[in-house]
Amino acid sequence: MVKTEQAVLVFLIILPFLGSIIIGFFRSTARNNEAWFAGAVALFSLLLTIMLYPAITNGQAVQFSLPWLPMWGLNFTLRVDGFAWLFLLLITGIGFLIVIYARYYMDPADPVPRFFAFLLAFTGAMTGIVLSGNLLLLTAFWELTSIFSFLLIGYWYHNPSARDGARMSLIVTGFGGFALMIGVIMIGTIVGSFELDKVLKSGNIIRQSPLYVPALVCILLAAFTKSAQFPFHFWLPNAMSAPTPASAYLHSATMVKAGIFLLVRLWPVMAHTNIWFWLVCGAGVITLLIGSYFAMFQQDLKGLLAYSTISNLGLMTVLLGFSAPLACVAAIFHMVNHATFKASLFMAAGIIDHECGTRDLRKLSGLYRFMPYTGTLAIIAAAAMAGVPLLNGFLSKEMFFTQAALTINGNWLDNSMPFIATIAGLFTVTYSVRFIYGTFFGKPPQDLPATPHEPPHFMRLPIELLVFLCIAVGIAPSLSIGPFLANAVIAVIGPNAPPYSLALWHGFNAPVIMSLLALGGGLLFYIISRHYMQEHEGGPLFLPDLSGRRIFEKLLAAVSWKWARLARDLLGTRDLRVQIRWVLLCCFAAIALIMHGSWLWRGTQALLPVNLYFALLWLVGGFCAVFAAHTAKFHRLSSLVLLGGAGLVTCASFVWLSAPDLALTQLSVEIVTTVLLLLGLRWLPKRLSNPNPEPPGFKTYLRRGGDLALALIGGGGMAWLSYAIMTRPQDRTIARYFLSNAYNQAGGHNAVNVILVDFRGFDTMGEITVLAIVALSVYALLRRFRPAPESIGAPRQQQFQAEFDQKRSNGREGDSLRDYLAIPALMMHWLFPFIIAFALYLFFRGHDWPGGGFVAGITLSIGFILQYMASGTRLVESHLVILPLRWIGAGLLLAAGTGLGAWGFGYPFLTSFFRYLNIPLIGKTPIASALLFDAGVFCLVVGATILMLIALAHQSLRHYRIRHQSLPRQDEEEF
Amino acid sequence: MEIVLSSGIGIFAASGLWLILRPRTFQVIMGLSLLSYAVNLFIFATGRLKLDAAPILDTGKAIDPAAYTDPVPQSLVLTAIVIGFATTALFLVILLALRGLSGSDHVNGREPY
Repeated sequence: MVKTEQAVLVFLIILPFLGSIIIGFFRSTARNNEAWFAGAVALFSLLLTIMLYPAITNGQAVQFSLPWLPMWGLNFTLRVDGFAWLFLLLITGIGFLIVIYARYYMDPADPVPRFFAFLLAFTGAMTGIVLSGNLLLLTAFWELTSIFSFLLIGYWYHNPSARDGARMSLIVTGFGGFALMIGVIMIGTIVGSFELDKVLKSGNIIRQSPLYVPALVCILLAAFTKSAQFPFHFWLPNAMSAPTPASAYLHSATMVKAGIFLLVRLWPVMAHTNIWFWLVCGAGVITLLIGSYFAMFQQDLKGLLAYSTISNLGLMTVLLGFSAPLACVAAIFHMVNHATFKASLFMAAGIIDHECGTRDLRKLSGLYRFMPYTGTLAIIAAAAMAGVPLLNGFLSKEMFFTQAALTINGNWLDNSMPFIATIAGLFTVTYSVRFIYGTFFGKPPQDLPATPHEPPHFMRLPIELLVFLCIAVGIAPSLSIGPFLANAVIAVIGPNAPPYSLALWHGFNAPVIMSLLALGGGLLFYIISRHYMQEHEGGPLFLPDLSGRRIFEKLLAAVSWKWARLARDLLGTRDLRVQIRWVLLCCFAAIALIMHGSWLWRGTQALLPVNLYFALLWLVGGFCAVFAAHTAKFHRLSSLVLLGGAGLVTCASFVWLSAPDLALTQLSVEIVTTVLLLLGLRWLPKRLSNPNPEPPGFKTYLRRGGDLALALIGGGGMAWLSYAIMTRPQDRTIARYFLSNAYNQAGGHNAVNVILVDFRGFDTMGEITVLAIVALSVYALLRRFRPAPESIGAPRQQQFQAEFDQKRSNGREGDSLRDYLAIPALMMHWLFPFIIAFALYLFFRGHDWPGGGFVAGITLSIGFILQYMASGTRLVESHLVILPLRWIGAGLLLAAGTGLGAWGFGYPFLTSFFRYLNIPLIGKTPIASALLFDAGVFCLVVGATILMLIALAHQSLRHYRIRHQSLPRQDEEEF
Repeated sequence: MEIVLSSGIGIFAASGLWLILRPRTFQVIMGLSLLSYAVNLFIFATGRLKLDAAPILDTGKAIDPAAYTDPVPQSLVLTAIVIGFATTALFLVILLALRGLSGSDHVNGREPY
């Protein structure tokens, strides 16, 4: 039974995606409807999340699992515990507020439904990450967040910086997603399962495995790219080209925290090692310092907030790197606090941008008098960011300082941690003050693109709610966030989590001194350097050239342009012959590799005595093949005739060696192929050998010699392999089954035909479909066929004849042709009914004797071709209507219909049926449904063959018409 | 017989491969046809050679599978022959279109420099 909580889990994933698809169908001019709809979806998700709360308290978890690809360990497992729930609350809660805010922020001129559709889909993907109970599933949702983040950053795709930022974030986070997949697969290999609850119980196995370090590196690459940790931090500031609601939601509150989420999720099983400390703390410290340092020098409000986000993410990473349970508590706590104050700051920045038309700190000042209410909210949120007491940021920053002051392992990084923390705190205070003082205080602004004023109340409502949370958590932490945090901590650390206190005052200790130093020093630093920060251009002081973006772009250009071109120049070729040579060489190498060590020669099978006539036959065959190869360049017709000779030898061998069906088919196909190639030769301008050829150069000899060697090796190899096979006795094969059951089960004497239409009918169905597709392709290609200009005119022989006919007294064009074809044409006419009868005969006897649909179909088409040859296209088509497309369609329908018919009787597709009927005069006859299937094959082969041949034959008519424009219009042909 | 047939297959394959490596499209189409003869015969030969043992069952007496030649390679080859015809046709049309389009019957669509 699916419990209510499990149903809620599934619903939480499906709902946003479904909502996204529905919004996709809204008209792009609708403005309120989609906002209402998206708001309803987001609110409903929030309510569902709250509904889940009772089920996840005190270390409980809800799990729901559906097998997806169980043999690969991929199950659709959803799992929510206290930690996942807290994160889910952030996603759905802030998501709902963002929808309200976006309703007022977005310009009606933009395609707003697209924005909401992406936003909801992103919510779904993020929910998926949080709720995944299977690491592979998590990876899939992880990639989805990268994609929707890309789409949201590039929402204003007419803006080049939006496009570049979107591309950069996709490349960086997509690279991380790839690393995540590898890391997850390694973890799955170590643990033997991808299920999260199994993985979480296998900490010791994972940490002791030789794969631990590579898996850790891959997981950290994923987390660091997603959470913008050094050296991958540079994509986040560039992602600020996204609409501000998306920046607030994705690039501060939720998506960038997915990396932190992953680190916390795997913290119990991957932390507590030395390498974890160095990698995670190392990256975190650099990110923390760089982020806060760079933030001070930004001139763009959103840029300042972006670097501040980077620095805060670095802070959480450092905390997780400590591997101490209390540090982990602090990281989770700060994750929630940061989401609340940073989302409200982003929204405030968006309001300023919206109402003033700019977010440049150099232009903004003194806005407090225009928007006191928004100003107050922003000041409180910024104070939380700076770590001012009585606000939530103070509490988690205090916890951070406490952890930084503790000694963990006593190495230099650990020992310098208190100083690093204090400096980062100082920078944080400086940029927070700069954010507030620079925008809201000072002299009134000048030259703003718009006159600032307060935004509509509902645009401010989300900020009010978030700021209220900042204050509530800051003043009464254990009453507000306490229980939720406790559940999250139990879910991550386990029931033995150490006690921690959320009190405001722990006495006068090291963290308090650090906080005071940071606050006082930050203010002082701002006062000293405010003019420099305000006026300077380019990168920050001391590090103006450290631009991750520039390095990234250089790297991208190198990989996608320079290296690609180098690889193409080194390894690529446009010469098809070189490619074929490589294919052949690889084939030879593969066969040599397989046969290595067993250079077989003849086996033990008793051989058939050599028949002199058979040997002579093959002497002729070999001669034909070699000379066909020799003459193919300059004497195409002779080559074609010789090829026919080789085909006939093949056909005779089939007769000799007990394969009558093959012989029949080969013979008829040979005829059709030859006719087809002859028709084609008409459009291939003659290739004349140069009477005075230049002596071929050394390179030519080398090439020919190489080709000859390849051909000889290939031919010799084929001969050797086939001899080796033929001289070995055959083991028991599937043939025994077919032979024993062909009559009993399928009612046919001809085992080959029974295999084709019954035992392996599905294969044949595929084959005839291919045939139909090829015929249609030929037809389509020929509809727009433009022949070589040299061959548009009538062939030399025709011109000759026409000239001769005109010279004769009262002669008409075509007379001599009619004359010398008179007797053959008569014969061909008279043969027509016999050929039809013969085709039907071949068809009906196919199940028991050599014959069948394939050969009967080709025979019938030969009958039609003969009529064309005897009396010309026009005459035939005025008497005889052949609709090849209908034949093809009928054939496919008949074959598929026979197969489907079996369903009607409750059998699998293409099950055949037969019984004996006593027909008067003929006697006991087996009637098999396979005969109907064979009829489908027959029709299709007729249609396909005729379609191809006639389409080619019609080319001469078409170009004839082009030359004589005066011909009446009704001759317009289908072909 | 086996030695004759296998040498025949070898000659067909060698001529076909030589032609496939030539620069002119008509040579290649001839080569493909020759190579498909060789490959069809090769597949057929994997069923071993038997005289007067066509897989047409004599239901008058009990069926002895050893008395017949292997029908499986035969049915494989039968469809291969028909498909081979179709691909030849397709290649022919592409060849003609290429000649009309590029003015050259070189496989690369342009004359070598």
